[in-house]
Amino acid sequence: MNMLVCVKQVPDTTEIKIDPVKNTLIRDGVPSILNPFDGYALEAAARIKDQNPESKIVVITMGPPQAQAVLKEAIAIAADGAYLISGRSFGGSDTLATSYILSQAVKEIEKKEGKFDIIFCGKQAIDGDTAQVGPEIAEHLGYPQVTYGLEAELKEDQVIVKKETEEGAELIGVQMPCVLTFTKPAWDPRYPTMKRKLMANRAEIPVISDEELTSIDRAKIGLKGSPTKVKRTFVPQKKQGGVIIAEENAEESARKLYRLLGDAGIM
Amino acid sequence: MEAKTKDLWVFIETNKDGSAKNVGLELLTPGRALAGRQGGGLTAVVIGYNVKSAVQAADIYGADTIITVDGPEYQDYTTDAYTHAICKLVEKYGPTSMLIGATNNGRDLGPRVACRLKTGLTADCTSLDIDEESGNVAWTRPAFGGNLMATILCPDHRPQIGTVRPGVFKKGQETERSAVIIREDIPVDQKDIRTQILEVIRDMNEENVDLEGAEIIVSGGRGVGGPEGFEVIKKLADELGAVVGASRAAVDLGWISHTHQVGQTGKTVGPKLYIACGISGAIQHLAGMSSSDCIVAVNKDPDAPIFGAADYGIVGNLFEVLPVLTEEIQKSRKLI
Ligand SMILES: Cc1cc2nc3c(=O)[nH]c(=O)nc-3n(C[C@H](O)[C@H](O)[C@H](O)COP(=O)(O)OP(=O)(O)OC[C@H]3O[C@@H](n4cnc5c(N)ncnc54)[C@H](O)[C@@H]3O)c2cc1C
Ligand SMILES: Cc1cc2nc3c(=O)[nH]c(=O)nc-3n(C[C@H](O)[C@H](O)[C@H](O)COP(=O)(O)OP(=O)(O)OC[C@H]3O[C@@H](n4cnc5c(N)ncnc54)[C@H](O)[C@@H]3O)c2cc1C
Repeated sequence: MNMLVCVKQVPDTTEIKIDPVKNTLIRDGVPSILNPFDGYALEAAARIKDQNPESKIVVITMGPPQAQAVLKEAIAIAADGAYLISGRSFGGSDTLATSYILSQAVKEIEKKEGKFDIIFCGKQAIDGDTAQVGPEIAEHLGYPQVTYGLEAELKEDQVIVKKETEEGAELIGVQMPCVLTFTKPAWDPRYPTMKRKLMANRAEIPVISDEELTSIDRAKIGLKGSPTKVKRTFVPQKKQGGVIIAEENAEESARKLYRLLGDAGIM
Repeated sequence: MEAKTKDLWVFIETNKDGSAKNVGLELLTPGRALAGRQGGGLTAVVIGYNVKSAVQAADIYGADTIITVDGPEYQDYTTDAYTHAICKLVEKYGPTSMLIGATNNGRDLGPRVACRLKTGLTADCTSLDIDEESGNVAWTRPAFGGNLMATILCPDHRPQIGTVRPGVFKKGQETERSAVIIREDIPVDQKDIRTQILEVIRDMNEENVDLEGAEIIVSGGRGVGGPEGFEVIKKLADELGAVVGASRAAVDLGWISHTHQVGQTGKTVGPKLYIACGISGAIQHLAGMSSSDCIVAVNKDPDAPIFGAADYGIVGNLFEVLPVLTEEIQKSRKLI
């Protein structure tokens, strides 16, 4: 199996604080991490490779030079090779433009690595939070997709994906080549071994720049090529004036809550 | 694409039995307001199999026009068939904007449709308005796990599309049925549907975990202390006809399955009442439930951040508070 995993470097959103005076996000000093969902996607690919040892896993990210840190992390965990897609003209891309650039990069990388059977993505990135890039890559490439994947397994010429649904899960059979996006499964991704960490440290990561992607239509990338425009951002207002109930004992508190909910017509 | 009309479309997702999912009907409420301000009509697009009841519901909740695509190939949602049908309809009728419910299927479909139509899509909107300057839809959505809100426009591409989570808007008043109903026949060849549902797996305990559709949710966190701690949560939930939710800490500890998780890496919910028990209120949890109409928190730590998001907060031990609350509800039921 020839597998590609798309990963994104994201700020650790648990570490983001709000500037109480300016009411803006403080992003300085916030650590950058591998998007957690991309870790699940990488693990799903690694599990297929465990069963089919002749397989190959390539990871890519589009981002600034420092984004190669997540590629090294992915190599330390399970990837065999990596490419950084980086260029000024890519900046400001929305999901349509990002997925277009990534799909063009996939075609470029396939010239060296051969055609990919499965493209793995996270369900969503924890910064942009849109969950759109995976399906949009699939559409750009004309591939079928399965989203909300929990596990994936090969069976003859199909991939069988366990997909999370509102009611539980479904097993979906999908033809290859395809795009799969992954959400949080019941297991944790594997940890890198010492040996793989050393290997990742030494790995040379090829960069695909905007000039190298000659096939790309410049009108469709960057801020200009993006149909959506961010008009304004703001920090959400905290709810105020909640009622705190702290009576003599828990029973009194519970009864008071019940009365208040009744009075407010909620219960 | 150019818009051919000023109409706004709402995609009505259907269930296997041909009934409408609530979120589509909910979206007719903001859809009506936006359509009016855009100077166009409100169209419900109903796709599925034997969808008579979904069409009726869209009519009752106020659509001016209903376009239906009804066929056996649409009984189960598939990306391929549904994308094909919607894009064909958009090409034919040219709406200026479109709303899609952000269910698992809606979030699978939205980006696929937007990409085929080469237009913009704003994900998981929590409020919708018209930008005064330009007349475009102003889509407002959370990002960075709920830490930041962004207002997004799609000025030069049509249709402008957004997805909206279930429960963010409420269904409107029922109206006299008066919609114009258009039936479109869009057959899809089986071989063009490249995915196949092989098996449906219900949640292990066969219990209801439709958190997105729930009116009341009772959630437990690390504070419940163990899998057996969820018994008091379940008792209260049963008494209220509520669905059980959980924090990620409780899920990660293996006390309850991930299908119950609420938050950034779980479900986003918007019930009428959300009762958080033994949950500290981390931003990733809040991201999934802060649009609930009423939030109740039970936590023994008076400084827990959950109280900052709660309408009613009890400082106390959940094992003492919940049984009394459950009992009070039981009592009142007996009186009726
Ligand atoms: C506040 C804010 C709001 C935004 N809202 C919107 C919006 O509503 N609509 C819109 O179109 N754009 C929006 N954007 C832009 C969007 O965040 C970027 O286009 C971003 O590049 C990708 O979107 P995402 O982070 O949501 O990724 P998602 O679509 O959530 O990512 C899904 C998966 O795609 C892959 N992936 C995503 N980005 C990369 C990458 N750079 N390299 C490799 N793989 C990747 C990963 O596997 C990831 O798990 C917004 C940006 C901001 C800052
Ligand atoms: C990328 C990322 C994504 C995440 N996604 C999610 C998500 O989707 N959902 C989510 O929930 N979290 C998510 N988290 C985790 C989140 O940051 C918190 O760790 C988690 O929500 C904490 O769960 P908790 O409130 O149950 O546990 P804790 O923070 O440990 O809180 C337990 C609370 O219980 C109270 N308590 C203890 N005993 C009692 C008692 N007897 N009676 C009353 N109160 C009691 C304590 O005072 C405490 O406030 C995510 C984190 C990351 C990094």
